[in-house]
Amino acid sequence: MQLDDLYRRVIMDHYKNPRNRGQLEDGAVTIELNNPTCGDKIQLQMQVEDNIVKAAKFVGEGCSISLSSASMMTEAVKGHTLDEALEMAEKFSSLMKGEEVDFGDYEDLEALSGVNKFPARIKCATLAWNALRKGIEQSEHKS
Amino acid sequence: MNSSQIRELFPILQQEINGHPLVYLDSAATSQKPESVIHAVKRYYEWDNANVHRGVHTLGSRATDAYEGAREKLQKFINARSTQEIIFTRGTTTAINLVASSYARAVCGEGDEIVITPMEHHSNLIPWQQVAKATGAVLKYIPLQPDGSITIADAEATITERTKFVSVMYVSNVLGVVNPVKEIAAIAHRHGAKMLVDGAQSTPHMKIDVQDLDCDFYTLSGHKMCAPTGIGALYGKKVLLEGMEPIEFGGEMIDHVDLYNSTWKELPWKFEGGTPIIAGAVGLGAAIDFLQEIGLHNIDAHEKQLTAYAMDRMSGIPDISIYGPRDNRAGLITFNLGDVHPHDVATVLDTEGIAIRAGHHCCQPLMRWLEVSATARASFYLYNTEQDVDRLVEALLKTKEYFGHAIG
Repeated sequence: MQLDDLYRRVIMDHYKNPRNRGQLEDGAVTIELNNPTCGDKIQLQMQVEDNIVKAAKFVGEGCSISLSSASMMTEAVKGHTLDEALEMAEKFSSLMKGEEVDFGDYEDLEALSGVNKFPARIKCATLAWNALRKGIEQSEHKS
Repeated sequence: MNSSQIRELFPILQQEINGHPLVYLDSAATSQKPESVIHAVKRYYEWDNANVHRGVHTLGSRATDAYEGAREKLQKFINARSTQEIIFTRGTTTAINLVASSYARAVCGEGDEIVITPMEHHSNLIPWQQVAKATGAVLKYIPLQPDGSITIADAEATITERTKFVSVMYVSNVLGVVNPVKEIAAIAHRHGAKMLVDGAQSTPHMKIDVQDLDCDFYTLSGHKMCAPTGIGALYGKKVLLEGMEPIEFGGEMIDHVDLYNSTWKELPWKFEGGTPIIAGAVGLGAAIDFLQEIGLHNIDAHEKQLTAYAMDRMSGIPDISIYGPRDNRAGLITFNLGDVHPHDVATVLDTEGIAIRAGHHCCQPLMRWLEVSATARASFYLYNTEQDVDRLVEALLKTKEYFGHAIG
């Protein structure tokens, strides 16, 4: 178990300089989720037009893994259709199970593959993705 | 008391975690179990296992003797007047819920008051919220001082003629505060209110005398005091327990059953529906023997000394925030390490073989009061040594360095 497997440079960079941190204008789909076992919180907002995620932003409190995962997730889904975003969430679940996954042009996410060696931290990494799944569900209901 | 020798009595502590000898600093969550307790449970299943109070055969008598023998040990351990005042439960949570559902719901009404503190564990907070919602009673909080302690004067000001029930933890699992529960019980009684002491964090570490405290109810969990999980107890004054209705019906708690009406057994069995946790009680009995052999005053003194040592050493770590009062505290230290999230701290420590807690510790209102989302916590017990503290401090310095480079 190597710490550097978990805390790779790209993860710490997202933690230090989170992308898409903040809130969107009114009209965005808003999801609030917490992790009751540890108190981590995330509020995810998505602007969806014609089934495409135009923008995604988040605010929240959490550890380096949960916040960097949120930062990467919001980057990854932007510009993609809801179906593609859902597929990414599925791929992320596979990644957490230790499977090899290709995230296409968004390779940063692969840095989180080390989390599966730290089972206690998988819940941290998946919080933002659970919020995404809920966001997709709500967006589909809306349209 | 020689904690290095005591350490040898705990099989689980003889292993390496991630290539390092295990340093277990999460006893406030659950304690480790000595060989004698593990052996007692094993022996019970190998030789004595049977249901209690019904077998006419030899094993049935042995199991009943073991189960009731454990009750007697616990009665003496906390100095209750009689075994009728000791109800076995799954743990503190079940015990508090029993009092809330059976006693408090019956006596509280619109406009009555229930008094607790903002430092309570969720188990001693939500049951009272629920009673308040169901009965129209008002939930009131004794305020906290800036260091997290409570004062007698504030307790005096919060508890009034309208107060029907007061429930306070003896020792905080986050702040390490030892609350003046004896004095608060006296205030409650002056106003005609009843008082529960949540002893989950106190019973493993200090001599408990429920008659001296003069509390009406006292709750404890076996697993935090070297016994198995799934066994704990409610102490209640006999006169109160006699007036309370059971909340679990069936099995061993019945006396006479008709098609449309039934009556209950006498205390303590009227509150112990179903087949009880017999092996758990046997394990609890063995744990009490173990703790008494070492002596609660020795455990208390050892933890005070170790905590003072840890406080001195940890205070020297740059950027560390330590929560709760510096003095008059139990054997645990809750802290944050600069900007490093407690989960990240716990993960780095785990790679060094050190087990600590990170999170909200089932005290979300207290976390908000501390203005943090989570904290890290190192908690000590009789098997911890100064070397454990040294390893913790070294690992914390290493964590700081690691994240210092990463976070900048």
